[in-house]
Amino acid sequence: MFFSIAAVGLILVSLYTDWLDPVRSKLGVIAEPFYWVTNIPERIGEWGDDTFTSRQALQEENEALKSELLILQRKLQQMAALAAENVRLRRLLGSSDMLQDNVLVAELVGVSPNPLSHSVVINKGRSDGVYDGQPVLDAFGLMGQVVEVTPGSSRVLLITDSNHALPVQVNRNGVRAIAEGTGHINRLRLRHVSNTTDIREGDTLVSSGLGERFPVGYPVAEVEKVVRDPGQAFSTVIARPMARLDRSRHLLLVFGKEQQEQQGGKEPSEERDELNNQSEVVPEAGLIGEPTDD
Amino acid sequence: MIELFGGHNRWVILLALLAALTLAVYPLPLEWRWWRPEFVLLVVLYWVFTLPEHTSLTLVWLLGLAQDIVEGAPLGQHALALVVVTYIALQSYRRVGNYALWQQACWIFLLVGIAQLTGNWVHSLTGGNVSGLQFLYPALTSALLWPFCFRGFEALRHRYRIQ
Repeated sequence: MFFSIAAVGLILVSLYTDWLDPVRSKLGVIAEPFYWVTNIPERIGEWGDDTFTSRQALQEENEALKSELLILQRKLQQMAALAAENVRLRRLLGSSDMLQDNVLVAELVGVSPNPLSHSVVINKGRSDGVYDGQPVLDAFGLMGQVVEVTPGSSRVLLITDSNHALPVQVNRNGVRAIAEGTGHINRLRLRHVSNTTDIREGDTLVSSGLGERFPVGYPVAEVEKVVRDPGQAFSTVIARPMARLDRSRHLLLVFGKEQQEQQGGKEPSEERDELNNQSEVVPEAGLIGEPTDD
Repeated sequence: MIELFGGHNRWVILLALLAALTLAVYPLPLEWRWWRPEFVLLVVLYWVFTLPEHTSLTLVWLLGLAQDIVEGAPLGQHALALVVVTYIALQSYRRVGNYALWQQACWIFLLVGIAQLTGNWVHSLTGGNVSGLQFLYPALTSALLWPFCFRGFEALRHRYRIQ
């Protein structure tokens, strides 16, 4: 009797307050060995792939990667010009510059066993600079945010979890909306979209940055279905996440501006990926001057 | 769960529990995740039925907390489920001990179903809605697994003379 009351009390406290969060992040350490063990088959598979690949397969992969790199570099050339132009135009408008984000590559080591909650465990934690609420991407779009950090690992809540919602805007015309998770891995729903809003099937939704948690402009989802029922106050808009939430193994942790400044004094960790370093992307960055904060 | 200290070779139980916890978080494809048996609960139930007089609710409660932390569930969810089910198991072990294996499996279905209900209740507290009887799938797979589980643990118990 006593134990069940204690358990119910704990449930209520951990659901409705954040008093237990420090306890959790301390005790979370005991979860790490379990995920280490369950990840062994995956690591063996990867090791096998690395070790027993034929020379021919490697060469073919190399060729494919080279041609892909060529295509991406061509795109990047255009991007550099566009980014520089964007900075100049923003100067003309008198608005602040966009700062490029630093990212850290992390690997997925576990998934939530509960089918009702969509979260994953990654192999980077507080010792790598990961913080609560940090945005997480994969190669295709926004995946979610960090909700629990332990020294060596952290838990990421995916955008399709039924407890998650994020502010987005339509890339075509800038219409803003809130995309909430539905509990289905390939479905998001837009809340409170009135029947006259200009939103169509096939529209790309990008993060709007209004919640001040996710950075601006990352692809989130593609509108799959719009149902306008005159009898309903709002139309039903269903979108499909861009990120491969149930497939991606390598994720990117994005460091926002404040965190970059905080870490300014610290030596960035080795795996910190500086792909998006502005001086590399924008050749004229030196002429225009350093990007400023808002 | 049983008091892990004292008795003979009780460490085997601890190993079984660790293995069950590992299986509980082993990554599965999304569509299979509904069918994962409640391994931890099965281990606890076997030992409660076998050594009922040594059951410690405190340890069961702590085990539930450990499971919550490992699975990333709200703290107390599995603790509640385990404590409630262990209590029912303690009240009924005399009768269940005389059942045939398939009858025991039916009883396991009910017990795991009760545990799943509490999980469902916690999920609905967070605003999520659960439709259908999907949440009972783990109870079904657990019940189907019970005869094998029972035989396996019996063999283990005789091999190591766990008392």
